[in-house]
Amino acid sequence: MSADPSAFRFVSTNRRVREDRRFVVGRGHYVADVALEGMLHVAILPSQYPSARILSIDSSAALAMPGVHYVLTGEELVAAVDPLMNGLDTPNVKRYPLAVGQTRYAGEWVAAVAAETRAQAEDATEKLRVSYEQLPFVMDAEEAFKPDSPPVHPAHGSNVLLDKTFVWGEVEKDFAESPHHLSFRVVWGRNSTVPIETFGVAASWDPWREMLDVWASIQMPKYPDQIARALRIPANNVRVHQDVDVGGSYGVKRGIKHTVLVSHLSRRLGRPVRLIEDRLENMRGGDQHGPERIFDVDIAFNDQGIVRSMKMRALDNAGGYAGRAPFQLGKPIGAIVGPYKINSVQYRAQSVTSNKAVQEAVRGFGQSPTNYAIETAIDKVAVAIGLDPIEVRRRNFIRKDEFPYLIPSGTSYDSGDYHTVMEKVLTHVDYVALQKERDRLRASGMLAGIGIAACLEPSGGNSSFEPLLNEKNTTTTWMDSCRINIDGAGFVTVTIHTTSAGQGHETLVATVVGEVLEIDPDTIRVVRPDSLACLPSNTPVGSRMAIMLGGAAFHAAQKLKAKFIKIAAHQFGCKEDEVGYSGGGVAATQRKDHLSWADLVGIAHRNFHLLPAGIEPGLESTHVMQVPTGTKLPENGRVQMYPCHSFEFHVVLIAIDPVLGKPDIRRYVIGHDCGTVINPHIVKGMTLGGIAHGIGAALLEEFVYDGEGQMLTQSFMDYLLPSSHEIPKVEIVHHCTPSPYTVFGQKGSGESGYLGAPAAISNAINDAVRSLGISFSKLPIRISAISDAVAAAKQDKQ
Amino acid sequence: MKIELNINGVHCASDVEPRTTLLDALRDDFLLTGTHAGCEHGVCGACTVLLDGEPVRSCLIFAVQADGYEITTIEGIATSPGELSVIQDAFCETHGMQCGYCTPGMILTAHALLERTHDVSREDIVEAISGNICRCTGYGQIIEAVEFAADRLKKSNAPRRNKTAKIRSVGGHDAPERGILEAAADAPGTGPR
Repeated sequence: MSADPSAFRFVSTNRRVREDRRFVVGRGHYVADVALEGMLHVAILPSQYPSARILSIDSSAALAMPGVHYVLTGEELVAAVDPLMNGLDTPNVKRYPLAVGQTRYAGEWVAAVAAETRAQAEDATEKLRVSYEQLPFVMDAEEAFKPDSPPVHPAHGSNVLLDKTFVWGEVEKDFAESPHHLSFRVVWGRNSTVPIETFGVAASWDPWREMLDVWASIQMPKYPDQIARALRIPANNVRVHQDVDVGGSYGVKRGIKHTVLVSHLSRRLGRPVRLIEDRLENMRGGDQHGPERIFDVDIAFNDQGIVRSMKMRALDNAGGYAGRAPFQLGKPIGAIVGPYKINSVQYRAQSVTSNKAVQEAVRGFGQSPTNYAIETAIDKVAVAIGLDPIEVRRRNFIRKDEFPYLIPSGTSYDSGDYHTVMEKVLTHVDYVALQKERDRLRASGMLAGIGIAACLEPSGGNSSFEPLLNEKNTTTTWMDSCRINIDGAGFVTVTIHTTSAGQGHETLVATVVGEVLEIDPDTIRVVRPDSLACLPSNTPVGSRMAIMLGGAAFHAAQKLKAKFIKIAAHQFGCKEDEVGYSGGGVAATQRKDHLSWADLVGIAHRNFHLLPAGIEPGLESTHVMQVPTGTKLPENGRVQMYPCHSFEFHVVLIAIDPVLGKPDIRRYVIGHDCGTVINPHIVKGMTLGGIAHGIGAALLEEFVYDGEGQMLTQSFMDYLLPSSHEIPKVEIVHHCTPSPYTVFGQKGSGESGYLGAPAAISNAINDAVRSLGISFSKLPIRISAISDAVAAAKQDKQ
Repeated sequence: MKIELNINGVHCASDVEPRTTLLDALRDDFLLTGTHAGCEHGVCGACTVLLDGEPVRSCLIFAVQADGYEITTIEGIATSPGELSVIQDAFCETHGMQCGYCTPGMILTAHALLERTHDVSREDIVEAISGNICRCTGYGQIIEAVEFAADRLKKSNAPRRNKTAKIRSVGGHDAPERGILEAAADAPGTGPR
């Protein structure tokens, strides 16, 4: 297929997103809409203390409450289920759905009540009596890293989950040869994606069929396998229903602990059981916080501002249990130099446990914090040698003619044209005029700054970071699949083997199959079989579905097309290369013979006697797709991470009233290149939504804990999500550099915007306050932090 | 306790606990699951329904308090099975959503705005939807949807139900002229209506 957009019928055209029709009428099918006969409801009792031994749990008063069926504790669970999966080889960091013997963060789930209604279950949790013995606790990552800090998991021996140093290239030599060095620290605050729908799950165990049915608001690879392992049942006894709409996820909807909890209860009680988190359970104990990371960065560069080498230490606060959190230090290795030609890198990745809530995968899987550190470095280089930050980026960018470009850590970037995207943005924004506007604002007494950020979106997610950080893990495939069935009446049905959380996958596969088979995508039905009828899928993580689901649908459709051609050539009595497929029919190129879609369907479904030898009747095809470029295990600490690399370039103008300290985003322009766009509406939405999410991370959102280990931001009145007032009108400048590794030249876009927005906002604010001799090195940069720092700086000057 | 509610023009009765929110009653008792729970403390707006045409958080009002109002949920907006209202169609045209979870509340809020006036600026729309949090879209395509719907409604010669109501000022602030406490002190009677 050509990557030339003008050659496409449906790909890259402004077609509507088919999922939208059910959502605008309130007919989405979310997990809270799943009502099962006889279903019981669960409420949770959280731990009051960040660290405490559980001495006893008295549930007698709770059990006497109306409607209450059961009170579940960790002690029962530990006997009935296996610990939840860890990413790293840390067998003594055991995690169960409820605290076992000891609580490890305030808000951790200690007991669960099952009752006829959620309200009755909540009432009963208030009657549970738990005696605790408080234990020492540690909240700060640097404290937790010290050998004498209180261990969150004594059996593990320390709080260190991961401490691994990679050296790619001749770092010390490059540093020694570089005339300039600078060092700095930046801190990424603990936030998350916080979807408007909390996590929820309903499970029903049938002891006679030996089948566990699960409906969940889930976005997690290997979900059915993980459920089965924890419950110690065969994986084909677990049936996950994929036709559940997920009300937002952006990475975090991985409620394995919730699922094992309700599944166990259903098995125990013989009734369907449901747990829908309330907002407090979600934010405090749902185990869905994002990275919280300290970066110590050293940069070596020359007089021209060319960055030769970088040392980065990233210390991440994983919270009370390990989970997959440490892997979020691994994925950024695939774009550790950003879009720049940095010759060598030393990277020390450290992850520690602490007495905070557990971390889960968040949009970008650690890439956005890393980009914030890299882009801060580039701006500091610009200041150090007195160059415009644009010029420094221009000098360091990988050039278009250097792709595929192998970075020191082992990933080959597929394609890109960073200079052109940047120039297009600068032309669109009129950079000189923008600088004049900034200076005009400054002259009027405002603080004003321009922020630049350039970064990559590694996409097509494989899981190469797993074997890189855990030698016992030998995973080299992260496949996705599609099946197409053309029925006897000629109608096309395509399958998706995962849930979706608003990414428009039904539109994606219909567009791709329509493109290949040259039929109207609107006539194609898209369904999601339950997990037992599914082909392998690794779910929409790592900006992968346009590449992987789109790729699988493409190849499955090509197989059907090939079958049509074979059948037709046989009827015409000619060779396959003497016929052509067009518009759903096949014609002989040299003669008048033609078979329509209906003719071909009829032969395949009803006329075995007309089929060529060795051809199966019917019209069905499947394709299981391997991630492009993913062929081998890591070698010497180097690995090919994701196959494709989208590019984004942000330019932001911010004005700040020096008294109020409120950053006002006056202009926001992003240049975006994700190769061939399959649906422009979807890509635009991802980009705008990602920027909004990034603005939240940069300015507003943080899970704050106090000195007693309590989480202070327990509601949306404290944990601030951006509203329409906080998000400016964003202008998008498009560019298309197709990927050579994908069927249409597409790359990923599910994380776009979010990966560069925090860096751009931070750089703009720091540009605005630089004249005062201050800077901000921790996100979020709150209004109060700005006004305090500005006031203090002005006082110092007086 | 027994309640009788007028929901989407239909008379509905049920027996609920006094503490049952309108949100829970709509979802659990009347099976109108298009209204969604988001935060259940009145910030996110996912549970928005219309009471006498005005957007209200159904998580912050008891079902018993809704007696006597005309309640409109997202299920009452579409013109007939398989059809969409102008606003719903506009949201599809601009892809003013992703996961769809905030969408019913967002559309009802937009519906209330456009029942008042079809002459809306971008600022009017931003102000109107500022109580509805969307985590997916960054609001851009939602604002485009409402602009598009307003334009189509303006050109469609469609009557408005609520044309006497004034749009809230977006000039400087959205607070009332007088403080809430002073206004409450002067208000006759107790509670709504």
